[in-house]
Amino acid sequence: MDNLLSIITFTPLIAALILGVFLKGDSPSDQANAKWVALIATTATFLISLFVLFEFDPSDAGFQFVEDRSWLLGLRYKMGVDGISILFVMLTTFLMPITIGACWTVTHRVKEYMIAFLVLETLMLGVFCALDLVLFYLFFEGGLIPMFLIIGIWGGKDRIYATFKFFLYTFLGSVLMLVAMVAMYMDAGTTDIPTLLAHQFSAGDIVIGGKTIVGGMQTFLWFAFLASFAVKMPMWPVHTWLPDAHVQAPTAGSVVLAAIMLKMGGYGFLRFSLPMFPVASDIWAPLIFWMSAIAIVYTSLVALAQQDMKKLIAYSSVAHMGYVTMGIFAANQQGVDGAIFQMLSHGFVSGALFLCVGVIYDRMHTREIDAYGGLVNRMPAYALVFMLFTMANVGLPGTSGFIGEFLTLAGIFQVNTWVAAVAATGVILSAAYALWLYRRVVFGDLIKESLRSITDMNLRERAIFAPLVAMTLLLGVYPSLVTDIIGPSVEALLSNYQMALAETPVSTQLAGN
Amino acid sequence: MISDDLSVVLPEIILSVYAMLALVGAVYTGKDRAAPVLVWTTSALMLALAVWIGLTAGPTETAFGGALIDDGFARFAKVVVLASAALVMLMSQDYMRRQKTLLFEFPVLITLAVVGMMLMVSAGDLMTLYMGLELQSLALYVVAAIRRDNLKSTEAGLKYFVLGALSSGLLLYGASLTYGYSGTTLFAGILASIGDGPIGVGLLFGLVFMITGLAFKVSAVPFHMWTPDVYEGAPTPVTAFFATAPKMAAMALFARVLFDAFGSVPGDWGQVIAVLSLLSMFLGAFAGIGQRNFKRLMAYSSIAHMGFALMGLVAGTALGVQAMLVYMAIYVTMSIGTFAFIMGMQKDGQPVVDIRSLNMYASVEPLKALALMMLLFSLAGVPPFVGFFGKFYVIKAAVDGGYVWLAVAGVIASVISAFYYLRIVFYMYFGEEGDRRLDGTMPPVMWGIMMVASFAMIVGVINLFGVEGLALAAAQTLVN
Repeated sequence: MDNLLSIITFTPLIAALILGVFLKGDSPSDQANAKWVALIATTATFLISLFVLFEFDPSDAGFQFVEDRSWLLGLRYKMGVDGISILFVMLTTFLMPITIGACWTVTHRVKEYMIAFLVLETLMLGVFCALDLVLFYLFFEGGLIPMFLIIGIWGGKDRIYATFKFFLYTFLGSVLMLVAMVAMYMDAGTTDIPTLLAHQFSAGDIVIGGKTIVGGMQTFLWFAFLASFAVKMPMWPVHTWLPDAHVQAPTAGSVVLAAIMLKMGGYGFLRFSLPMFPVASDIWAPLIFWMSAIAIVYTSLVALAQQDMKKLIAYSSVAHMGYVTMGIFAANQQGVDGAIFQMLSHGFVSGALFLCVGVIYDRMHTREIDAYGGLVNRMPAYALVFMLFTMANVGLPGTSGFIGEFLTLAGIFQVNTWVAAVAATGVILSAAYALWLYRRVVFGDLIKESLRSITDMNLRERAIFAPLVAMTLLLGVYPSLVTDIIGPSVEALLSNYQMALAETPVSTQLAGN
Repeated sequence: MISDDLSVVLPEIILSVYAMLALVGAVYTGKDRAAPVLVWTTSALMLALAVWIGLTAGPTETAFGGALIDDGFARFAKVVVLASAALVMLMSQDYMRRQKTLLFEFPVLITLAVVGMMLMVSAGDLMTLYMGLELQSLALYVVAAIRRDNLKSTEAGLKYFVLGALSSGLLLYGASLTYGYSGTTLFAGILASIGDGPIGVGLLFGLVFMITGLAFKVSAVPFHMWTPDVYEGAPTPVTAFFATAPKMAAMALFARVLFDAFGSVPGDWGQVIAVLSLLSMFLGAFAGIGQRNFKRLMAYSSIAHMGFALMGLVAGTALGVQAMLVYMAIYVTMSIGTFAFIMGMQKDGQPVVDIRSLNMYASVEPLKALALMMLLFSLAGVPPFVGFFGKFYVIKAAVDGGYVWLAVAGVIASVISAFYYLRIVFYMYFGEEGDRRLDGTMPPVMWGIMMVASFAMIVGVINLFGVEGLALAAAQTLVN
């Protein structure tokens, strides 16, 4: 099975085509059919992706399951996974059935909704599997279209503003990356990612108009990629689209956005910025560190002031992504391992938190924190689940959130103590906003008249949360499940990184101040 | 040998003779009642010629002492011109019949314009260039004003005529300067007289004036002013025609003049083209934002797209010409699909062009809305649609030629212009429930062409239907 990755990637798309062509009508039974087709397709994708996981050889740091076909314009259709990307593929295939399960209560244009999610899954999987620059870009950008529609059609009251902002913001970031990709193509003569990983881009200083650009071409390329991934991630100060998009997106859209689409930025940093432009990464790492530190503290403080649950979780996502960027550019084993771990963990935790909001939103149709209180009296199971994920979000030991935060902080501490100190305050702040949110929503007396008849989670909702709970706890107590797989690839990445740095004499060392 | 010369221009001769026969025949038989038949036969003839020219892969041939060149580049452009003209005419028929404007002159004039375009793209001499250009332009002036009783249409025709005549004058002035300073009207002769440069100041003036005249024809900023008014005023089928075949022909002529006559000094015109390209992309992006009229919006969209196509030319390389040809082929396909939809937009039998009338169109006509959405995303250059590859290609050519700043500016402009394409998607999918609904029916030909075009936008991702290789061969015959 040497085209297993293509099968995984395109199974959802085929299901979407089947839905589009064969399913007519909009009666309740048609809607149910659409949901079942989507659920079966995403589950099948997950099952097939398990084959990849089992067949994957963690001791091999190179790309596996490689497919390589010629494509147009001298580009190649090349897919493959290594230790870094395989877990993102698994994260995506794992979360999609849950996402589909979360849209079970939707009644408005269900068929289109399912098609949008299935197409989106194909594009997201493509991002993590692509081993050609332009193929990567194709999937990376293509994902904007279904998300644009999901927010725009099924979103909340201000969905138009949010979805245009989402689209144009991310599009603007990405097009600069496109120019950089073309420049890389011209420089290296290929768009093949494994070849580019071995290619040395010139880092000699360039003088433009009397100003010396340290790191030369690498710096330009690095910033172009930063423009794209920083927006996608999102990093402070270009994060403002995220709260808007999250608040207006339907629950399932929020889950996908937070749990998977944000990870594309981090994955991009790991796949492109760090290994391909090591000199520029080294020079500009302090910039990333401080942007991350500011993101962690600032957005945590902003989260404290939120009245809207989704907005609060969105800001908390920005803060948690701060740990990721920090860990990646710390460029040591703990930092990068921690960053990947944090991304996976955040995928489960933030997805689950948005689902938690979705559960009560479905019942009360409001996300205002003030509209709730004392839910534990009527919804004990919900309170338990919500608590678990709140704790995971805070980073309580025993949950997956702890491992990621601890490793990234350990990584950054070795590089820049001050940044580590500032970022560590984020741990406290996250406890503050998350626990305060939990107290206001779940604890207290049930005094609101409207909440008296609220019901606890039903079987479907419990079934959705069960795998997420399991994964959060499993990764929390047995993290080497992840680190064993990513270890060799990360090690290879970092040794190449250090080697490239040692080979290239950097005129001005900006790092360390 | 005269017969050798004539065999080179056989397709043009066939079309010209056909146009005259059709004119005379229609006058003596049924006048406008013959028009539907004429449309079908003309389209069929053009498609047949397109296939014929496309399948002849002979070596480069010249005729009339080098005044006409029939090379791979010309053949590529001719195929695109013929095919797009035929398709636009096919889909126009129903619309014009409903509007009672299906005059028998329409297919005849289009045929003559196409003959002009075919001469333009194979011009090897300033005289041929001007002859082809004027034949095309004169036919188009009349077509723009084909609704004689309609104020806007007449106005469009007049505007087009006055500005077009001005641009022809500028072009002619440039041509005369070029002739004066090089002593020949043959492109090859001009190239020889320049040698390895530097180019003399008189020739430089001639070059700049000729670029100005050609920029009018491709509606590059700052010579674009006629475009929105003509697009809006002309009947929709005519607008669809303006947006496709003449653009391809003018762009090919542009490349022809720059490379065949001034190819040895790309540094002298590269900067000029770069500025034209930059201005076109940004004006097209910004000015389109305020438009509610779909046709006017498409005018600005086409200005922006011409900016991108010109970006391919700036570098002065074969890669650039190939990029331009690929871009134009993709652009023409997208335009045909989009205009097929615009022609089908009507409410209570009356054509409408306001994009707000598309409110919630997706809930009534999901398939057509989907097709239009794909075309619009493709026009915006969003992957995975084919329009993205056009942009990728010209950006690659620009970066390769050292014009990184132009590439960066271009992609930023493409984000800005994405806004107005997205807004149409917004009306179709996210609008408010209201009563401004369009009629659901669409004539089968239009429907078919639109569906094929939008289908091509996604299927083309696999291999661009081989256009890439053909464009490469074409570009190599132009740039050695």
